[in-house]
Amino acid sequence: MTVTLFIPCFIDALFPRAGISMVEILERLGHKVVCPNEIACCGQPPFNSGYWDEARTIAAPALEKLKDAETVVIGSGSCGAMIKKFYPELFKNTPQAELAKQVASRTWEFSDFLVSKLGVTDLGAKFPHKVTFHDGCHGLRELGIKTAPRALLGKVGGLEFVEMKEESCCGFGGTFAAKFPMISTAMGEVKCAAATETGADFIVSNDSSCLMHIQGLLSRQGSKLKTIHLAEVLNQK
Amino acid sequence: MKNEEIILSEREKILGRIREALKVSAPLPGSHSEVAAHATTESPASHAREWLPSVGASGAEQFDLFAKNCADLKADFQLLNNREELPAALQKIAAAEKWSRIASHDGELSNFASVSLGLPVLLTDKGYDVQEMEKCDAGISECDALIAQTGGVVVTNRSAGGRALSVLPPHHIVLARREQLVADLPAAFALLQQKYADNYPSMISFITGPSRTGDIERILVLGAHGPKKLTILCF
Amino acid sequence: MSFVSQFKSLASEKTRDLRHRSVIRTALRSYEVVRDKRKAAFQSWESARQAAAETKWEAINHLDEHLVALTAKLEARGTKVHWASNGAQAREIISQILRDKKARSIIKSKAMTSEEIHLNHALEKEGYTVVESDLGEFIVQLRHEAPYHIVFPSMHLTRGEIKDLFQKELGDAPSDSPEDLTMVARRVMRQKYLTADVGFTGGNFAIAETGMISITENEGNARLTAALPKTMITLMGIEKVLPRFADLALFLPMLATAGAGQPMTCYNTMYSGPRQPGECDGPEEWHVVLLDNRRTELLANAEQRDSLHCIRCGACLNVCPIFRNVGGHTYGTTYSGPVGAVITPHLRGLQDWKHLSNASTLCGGCTEACPVKIDLHHHLLQNRRNASTSEPAFFEKLAYQTFAIVANEPAFWSLAKKIGWLTQPLQSLVKGTALDPAKAWTKTRELPPQPLESFKDWWKNRK
Ligand code: SF4
Repeated sequence: MTVTLFIPCFIDALFPRAGISMVEILERLGHKVVCPNEIACCGQPPFNSGYWDEARTIAAPALEKLKDAETVVIGSGSCGAMIKKFYPELFKNTPQAELAKQVASRTWEFSDFLVSKLGVTDLGAKFPHKVTFHDGCHGLRELGIKTAPRALLGKVGGLEFVEMKEESCCGFGGTFAAKFPMISTAMGEVKCAAATETGADFIVSNDSSCLMHIQGLLSRQGSKLKTIHLAEVLNQK
Repeated sequence: MKNEEIILSEREKILGRIREALKVSAPLPGSHSEVAAHATTESPASHAREWLPSVGASGAEQFDLFAKNCADLKADFQLLNNREELPAALQKIAAAEKWSRIASHDGELSNFASVSLGLPVLLTDKGYDVQEMEKCDAGISECDALIAQTGGVVVTNRSAGGRALSVLPPHHIVLARREQLVADLPAAFALLQQKYADNYPSMISFITGPSRTGDIERILVLGAHGPKKLTILCF
Repeated sequence: MSFVSQFKSLASEKTRDLRHRSVIRTALRSYEVVRDKRKAAFQSWESARQAAAETKWEAINHLDEHLVALTAKLEARGTKVHWASNGAQAREIISQILRDKKARSIIKSKAMTSEEIHLNHALEKEGYTVVESDLGEFIVQLRHEAPYHIVFPSMHLTRGEIKDLFQKELGDAPSDSPEDLTMVARRVMRQKYLTADVGFTGGNFAIAETGMISITENEGNARLTAALPKTMITLMGIEKVLPRFADLALFLPMLATAGAGQPMTCYNTMYSGPRQPGECDGPEEWHVVLLDNRRTELLANAEQRDSLHCIRCGACLNVCPIFRNVGGHTYGTTYSGPVGAVITPHLRGLQDWKHLSNASTLCGGCTEACPVKIDLHHHLLQNRRNASTSEPAFFEKLAYQTFAIVANEPAFWSLAKKIGWLTQPLQSLVKGTALDPAKAWTKTRELPPQPLESFKDWWKNRK
């Protein structure tokens, strides 16, 4: 099938490896990947800050671009939730209301797409490290994605998986991280401590934005623990 | 008179604001549907039995469950063979705790029990002095039901000697007959409704274990204000 | 100081306080274990939640009918029902009762509504002796503090601190064991029950069908409060109604499970009147004060009406990473945590309190924990929308407008990435200083290095 890959703004600018891995994986599975150059962002930053007009300014053209897409795949639980859960809300009582619902129903978060839609878990990847998984809250609670990433990691050769004892938000929260840096940092410290306690070498997640925050703290702490996007792990040979 | 008017008008103002507000309907919870004109005649809670913790089908299972719940709650549950064993069970506790006086109420079972102890008894039925009750070592009362599901006891001020008897003395002794055990909370409410619907006692209390607190470092301490001990004698 | 700067300054203090962090974590860890165990004991916790949500929906969406029925039933048995539109009226009603009864001393069991209307303070100013009988409330009252948490008022204190407090205020603290300290409070309180003129309580549920008020507690203090003094006063919000008596069969175990991980709270007591003819004890008079205090405004907001379904179990506070890190007092409100962040902007003014709705990652843990399925974290989002729509922050709006222009034009977007890449060395020069535009981030965190080739560059180059 033709997969329209939605690349979130921070993956585009800061974590291209994650996006590239998704393209390579999907192509290896025999799908045609397209990636509209005109879409830069899903509109979540203004949306979460309450500026819904500005969010619509960004989201409306994106929605138009996705109008004819057979399947939309997005490599972030958070941006996925924006499209799947919040676009219908954002466009309620507007001419695009129906379109928003349709696009939402055709959109998949990357790991969920592989496991639930394609029925694939074994991608033949090898990653001989001890890893733990961080569930981004939007992917976890808005989209209910919990088992898919674990199923995928379970099939990675040489990978040793260990859960964190505490399931908690990492404290990123978009602009929250800058508006309330002290709370954001404290939450991140709790997360880093839980991850460190597992003795893992890597924290894997399907959300680069969480990882950016966690990695930022770990680097400042001088920790050896590293973060990596799920797609990159699945693309390791 | 003036006060009365203000009160009345405040009532009408609040009700007026409520009625105004409710002109717009709210979406049903969890449905994410638009808006629904919802008129349940049946309580959604009427199926509670299917969701609450399971209780087992047979009477024996339910007694086991009740006993287990009591143990978890740190309540003492003694299942006696017959009514004649009551006095001895009570005397044993009275001796161990060196009771010198007790509080109780008029009732077929409670009379039998308190007389058998041969101690001074404060009866609550015709009114009593709370300072005197405060000096009692135990309060002995009957009850309306035992609940297998929770390990709880249902008392009312009518069945159990008023409002204070089951909570002021340091040890509350509950006297119950086997047939008073009900399976679960819905059954307990049904029983109360059936028994009292036309004239409820002014206090109905579901007592689940002895008084407790966790207000200091979330560490359990029994006997915060109410009884430190709860004993259920059932035959 | 504005409410927001006060919040930020207290939050900065508490989030750095590692002792606070560990006290709260330890306290909540034991809660989490028992809560999970109790939830698992339900045959279907999820169905129970849905039914509870629907029951509350029905109660709130027919609130007028239920309140009328409740009042009629209560009054038929001699209870005096009062209606208060706001805190001042409620305080005046209560003062008037105390004056009529020539009361001096009041024993109180836990009631968050009384915190909401600052009752203790008002009554003390009028010269009454007011004693909180719930152990946690008693402790914070001795410290002249507001409750830290709506269910666990003193969870921020260690036994050592409580021992010192009792030693100083009561001259009695044999040791720092929770058992000994609890017994000190028990002794102090006993005589107060026996001699108080008035007993004051809150209410957890009001049953329209039977005209009852149900009070949930563990200690037995509310039972004594409602048994011994000659006059009883109960203050509760108008939203506390449940349609039917049997609804309690669901709500009581759910409240206990969600709030404290108990199968049932120790005492759940339904009162339907003052002492009735033929009864041997109980108050001669019972006054029930129904409080609006802007609840009807929340009711008028259909989108967030479900926040009136709240049964004040505290579960959302317990799971909230914001609450756990900033602590209850930082909120500066009676109702803290997620539910406080949702309703305070409605009860006390959106612009003054919107920061509570902003101070969230929208993680949704609260919504998942709520036994009556209030859509808490989405309401935070709606509060943000309402605040930004009614009074947009100039620079923030401008920033997002600019961002929208850049995001919508591929050439601008590409240019922005290049500028970002080029200014990286500069950024690292000013890192953490006052000149650093990303200071809020870089004070505690590194920025990710930005690669020269973005995803879109790669995509273009390979085709
Ligand atoms: S909002 Fe829900 S979870 Fe929070 S206190 Fe109210 S009922 Fe409990």
